Amino acid sequence: MSAAEFRVEARSVSRILPGAVPVPLVRDITVGFHPGEFSVIAGPSGSGKSSLLYLLGLLDVPSAGEILIEGKPTAGMAGEALSALRLRSLGFVFQFHFLLPEFDALTNVLLPMRQLGALAPAQCRDRAAALLADLGLGSRLRSLPNELSGGERQRVAIARALANDTTIVLADEPTGNLDSRNGRMVFETFARLAEEEGRTVIVVTHDTQLGALAHRQIRLKDGMLDTE
Amino acid sequence: MAGLGLSAEIALSHLLRRRRQSLVSVLGVALGFGFFIAMAAMMQGFQKDFVARVIDVQPHVVIKDEFRRPPRQPVYDLYPAAEIGLRGLKPREEVRGIRNARAVMDRLRRVPGVALAPTLSGQVLLRFGSRDVAATAIGIEPESERRVSNLEKDLVAGTLDALRATANGIILGEGVAQKAGVGMDDLISVVSPDGTVMKMKVVGIVSTGITTVDNFETYMLLKKAQILQGRLDVVNRIRLKLDDVEQAQALAARIEGQVGYRTESWQESNSNVLGIFVIQNAIMYSTVGAILLVACFGIFNIISTVVFEKSRDIAIIKAIGFPESAIRRIFVLEGLAVGCVGTLCGWMLGLFLTELLASIDFRIEGFIKTQGFILHRTVTHYLIAGGFSIAAATFAAWLPARRAARLNPVDIVRGAA
Repeated sequence: MSAAEFRVEARSVSRILPGAVPVPLVRDITVGFHPGEFSVIAGPSGSGKSSLLYLLGLLDVPSAGEILIEGKPTAGMAGEALSALRLRSLGFVFQFHFLLPEFDALTNVLLPMRQLGALAPAQCRDRAAALLADLGLGSRLRSLPNELSGGERQRVAIARALANDTTIVLADEPTGNLDSRNGRMVFETFARLAEEEGRTVIVVTHDTQLGALAHRQIRLKDGMLDTE
Repeated sequence: MAGLGLSAEIALSHLLRRRRQSLVSVLGVALGFGFFIAMAAMMQGFQKDFVARVIDVQPHVVIKDEFRRPPRQPVYDLYPAAEIGLRGLKPREEVRGIRNARAVMDRLRRVPGVALAPTLSGQVLLRFGSRDVAATAIGIEPESERRVSNLEKDLVAGTLDALRATANGIILGEGVAQKAGVGMDDLISVVSPDGTVMKMKVVGIVSTGITTVDNFETYMLLKKAQILQGRLDVVNRIRLKLDDVEQAQALAARIEGQVGYRTESWQESNSNVLGIFVIQNAIMYSTVGAILLVACFGIFNIISTVVFEKSRDIAIIKAIGFPESAIRRIFVLEGLAVGCVGTLCGWMLGLFLTELLASIDFRIEGFIKTQGFILHRTVTHYLIAGGFSIAAATFAAWLPARRAARLNPVDIVRGAA
């Protein structure tokens, strides 16, 4: 398998929290993710699921090993370059919706586009409205986060993650705060993003029932790959 | 980068969310600079007015019949290398006055931009009925006096020419006339220290607004003053008026170097007051500096609070891919917004306070007589206040902004999850 086939790849990645007693979060993990693949990272609490996700998403820097995005190594990139790469290629969805509470749904989705500045304002607006409509929020464009339900908020967060047409979507316990019906809707959305749009979707969850909807399950235990 | 509008929008949303605290911070800046503007207008108004009056009323340079140092004894020059001590020196007694005053004046008349007038001043006693009033009698020549002082303009009664038209005319300072209880056309006795008495007629009353002049000075013809004091043909002051008042110090030093007599510029004569001004300004600036510091803390406080409160938002926009510079910009903009709005309010407050002070009416008699505050209104104060407050606000916001930019999103996401 050649490296370029992977959209995101971790090579012998470790992350150790420094301190008097160093705490290993992730130990020597090598794993790759293809385009159009919906993967779930599962495992008990403290197994290093989220830590691996943050490393794959360039939010954290590995202590050893390297992360490759589209086959390009990211080690040694400056903070601003990493930010730019995240803005263009990576979309995040967190357990808590993390929408900016002062701005309505549409404006929240507009944030990454406006920061990137690749599209004209009118185009940004159209695209954001289309993304929200796709996720069934066409009528809630002007609603503030606190006027939306938990499921709706999480879908706004997904729309925001897709705003810059990012090829990689990373989600950290996206259904942790949702009831099973909304949780299922979110997972179905992820599956669609991978299958219909060819995006690489990586989701951390401990919900095995929902995890079954993914193409692939990666299990972690004590910071190491368990079985695949 | 389409970032500035976006940063500004986020910054504004933060400030509007904490409306009350933002308002307090804005008020802090506004009060500081409002008071600065009003105080500066008041102090500089007073100082400028004082200097203007001094320049107006007093000569710019005065050559006096005294020396800064005692005369050098020839023996020192004869034995320059020797250790010589002279004791019990008995200076020669002589009629005091500027020697060779005519020659000095002739030379100075050739300097362009300089008008001069000789005077002889001495202490006298004014006697009117049962009252004795001590005063300084200044002998002047009306023709040249006109060119060096505002005496003629400051006359509230009579004329300068009346000195010539009347046999023994005298002009009194307003305060002197009041103390002696005399009015126009009254005859008073003027007694010199050696007992010469001259009956003189009041032909003018002068009011300059400078207390030391109005309460102690009287004017008569130079000739009469010389006769009264028994110092014929003696001049003990030469007063100069310059076209350019800033040249006074340089010219005074040059004259003193040439003629040897103590020559004072108006700055030197008023150095005590000008020195007080320096202290006054120092007090003003340190007070305003303290207010400014408090305002800075206010700004620092609100930005820090927002950074703390908004750490989740900061984490998410960092995760989205906002670079550190964009995040720093958001919070610096917040400080800047507080600074700018504070400045605008401060300007309005300053304007209001200045006008309020201007409307207060009172009389005081200190160095000079004043009625109400004299205010110096200048755009400069507003610009200084604006520049300082924006610089201070930016600085106060910079520290929390830097902290916000350095926040690690992973720490926050982990903490929240």
